[in-house]
Amino acid sequence: MSTKPRVLVAMSGGVDSSLTAALLVQQGYDVIGATMQIWDKDVPESDAENRGCCSLSAVDDARRVADKIGIPYYVLNFREMFEDTVIDYFVAEYGAGKTPNPCIACNRYVKFEGLLQKALALGAEYVATGHYARIGYNDTLGRHTLSKGIDHTKDQSYALYHLNQNTLKHFLMPLGDYTKVRTRELAAEFGLSVANKPESQEICFVPDDDYKGFLAEKSPDSLRPGNIIDVHGKIVGQHQGLPLYTIGQRKGLGIAAGKPLYVVKLDFANNQVIVGSNEDVFSSELIAEDLNFITIDRLEKPITVSAKIRYGSREGIAIVTPLTKGSVHVKFFEPQRAITPGQSVVFYDGDMVIGGGIIKNSV
Amino acid sequence: MERIYFDHSATTPVDREVAKVMLEYMTEKFGNPSSVHSFGRETRKAVEEARQSVAALLGAAANEIFFTSGGTESDNLALKGIAFANRKKGNHIITTAIEHHAVLHACEYLEKQGFTVTYLPVDENAMVNVEDVRNAITDKTILISVMFANNEVGTIQPIKEIGQLAKEKNIYFHTDAVQAVGNCHIDVNELNIDLLSLSGHKLYGPKGIGAIYIRKGVKIESTQHGGSQERKLRPGTENVPGIVGLGKAADLARIELNQRISHLTNLRDKLIKGIQEKISDIKLNGHKENRLPGNVNISFLYVEGESLLLNLDLKGIAASSGSACTSGSLDPSHVLLAMGLTHEVAHGSLRLSLGRGNTEDDINYCLEVLPQILERLRSMSPLNANSKLAANNPCSQCDHH
Repeated sequence: MSTKPRVLVAMSGGVDSSLTAALLVQQGYDVIGATMQIWDKDVPESDAENRGCCSLSAVDDARRVADKIGIPYYVLNFREMFEDTVIDYFVAEYGAGKTPNPCIACNRYVKFEGLLQKALALGAEYVATGHYARIGYNDTLGRHTLSKGIDHTKDQSYALYHLNQNTLKHFLMPLGDYTKVRTRELAAEFGLSVANKPESQEICFVPDDDYKGFLAEKSPDSLRPGNIIDVHGKIVGQHQGLPLYTIGQRKGLGIAAGKPLYVVKLDFANNQVIVGSNEDVFSSELIAEDLNFITIDRLEKPITVSAKIRYGSREGIAIVTPLTKGSVHVKFFEPQRAITPGQSVVFYDGDMVIGGGIIKNSV
Repeated sequence: MERIYFDHSATTPVDREVAKVMLEYMTEKFGNPSSVHSFGRETRKAVEEARQSVAALLGAAANEIFFTSGGTESDNLALKGIAFANRKKGNHIITTAIEHHAVLHACEYLEKQGFTVTYLPVDENAMVNVEDVRNAITDKTILISVMFANNEVGTIQPIKEIGQLAKEKNIYFHTDAVQAVGNCHIDVNELNIDLLSLSGHKLYGPKGIGAIYIRKGVKIESTQHGGSQERKLRPGTENVPGIVGLGKAADLARIELNQRISHLTNLRDKLIKGIQEKISDIKLNGHKENRLPGNVNISFLYVEGESLLLNLDLKGIAASSGSACTSGSLDPSHVLLAMGLTHEVAHGSLRLSLGRGNTEDDINYCLEVLPQILERLRSMSPLNANSKLAANNPCSQCDHH
């Protein structure tokens, strides 16, 4: 019998969560594996290329790993919660003129809060995930902390800034101390069949990555064609619906112009795509709302941070100033490219996550 | 950890005698029953004896039994085979909202092929009303398909009366008896059944084998084409070990039937009574008397059946839930919804299906573990807090789904 507490490992069928489960078993935890079933496809899956994170083939992979390392494994039903929170949010955000980040919403409401509730219901003390981030406790602050994984190229702390003191207390992320390369090596050493599985990138609930088809079905009003105008207000082309464009995008505008044109802004009020030069895509200030802070209870005075405005972007030094109504003003020292409403901005102090919020608009 | 199996409606363990005879027909007696030589003759003989055994269990003649791969295939063959063979006579089929998916999805397929299907409702006990069947009949009705006993809540339908009605109206009557065979007395003549589906692994036989009873003279066509096995209705080399195993399982079921029914009914009633005594805010789903002898289906208010199921599993007790996601399907139970249960009450359902191997000790262990799990889950349930405010109708908040 193991003496360590029970832990529920969120298994996606990928190499990261598989290794997480294997490591915790090795460390003597009473491990249960679980996959969240959040999206139901109507057609039989015979397509071996289908590697979305919630596909039945992902379940098969996770189950194989669980059998291999000898732990009980369950598929948990999260469909209603997922539909109510993530899909409705995704569609509503597009409708409201923002670029939603469904993975952040899924992480926040389903993968963390929802899974923690299930884990506690199963008598587990912890939930473990395969994220490249480190959870710790800082005695000086007297708080649970979240830091970047030691493999900065794979760091996923950006997507986790919403974790609060109560959730952090119950989560384990052992891979924060490993590099991705080491993860694959260890997975191979454990004999896990998923050691060399490619990473999945698509937004898992949009079949075949077909946003247009998905939105046409779920939110047909969001796909109204309209004008593409330049920064001076001149009509230069036609768009197929604002949700199909992203700020900073260059390709696929269908405009023949002398110089390269980029999407600068999506004007939902007037159903217009505004294009301009690459320089026009840069700005230095933004307003963020829906904030969560980890190292502090709340922001009471301006602080200097290193801030990141999207998963793949580089951090920039910025001053964060509290505003009324729980929002903040963020001023970067260097202009940032393609600040996008709906994406998250995350504040760091070195490797440690201070907190973050959702970008309301650039200024 | 001690393990207790309370999921016999999902599948049953193969009886050791059944397994023994099957092994013989995989190793020493392996001939193709269609072969002329002695190897073929000995397996042909075994197949025909098994057919006789299955027929005897149902009060049928041997030549009215056809072997298939299981309940799903038998249901598909009954529905599609009758529909396509009789479409000149009519295009209307009557079934119920609580059928197994093998029937429901076959009906949906037939609707796409131009047939019209009436899905009869059921009452709060999952019982079909014979008058509803009568009222649904039109001059185009060619088939009535009503399950013998429901797999989830165990309700046993008025098969004899529906069969009598179908007979009077000259309409074929099929029943999916997968859960009932081996658990109920069945005589196809007394009950006026024209077609009946059964499955081997629900009666201590192997998986991958089943049978369909088709009354002599019923007009049906094959849905699969090939050789002349099973009188061309179900071509393909016979699954001899499976057939022999099913035959043996049918023999055992016939001999032990009364004993099984009384044993299971006794344990079932003890379990239901114990749960009612020890746990508050529960609802027994299905008919109180007319239910499968081993079926217990209860909704525990304020908890999710899934959490209940997994906690039981972690304690070694195997059960089943209408809301659990085990095979990629996330839908709440269509049976419980058809009975008028709200989503929340349906989500809190747990099925414990008992089998001949279960003992009083098993029931006692369950009655010891289940209240503990319930107490813990309910203490942390947000549904619980909300519902205490609306104590009269704890399920009044389901409209947001």
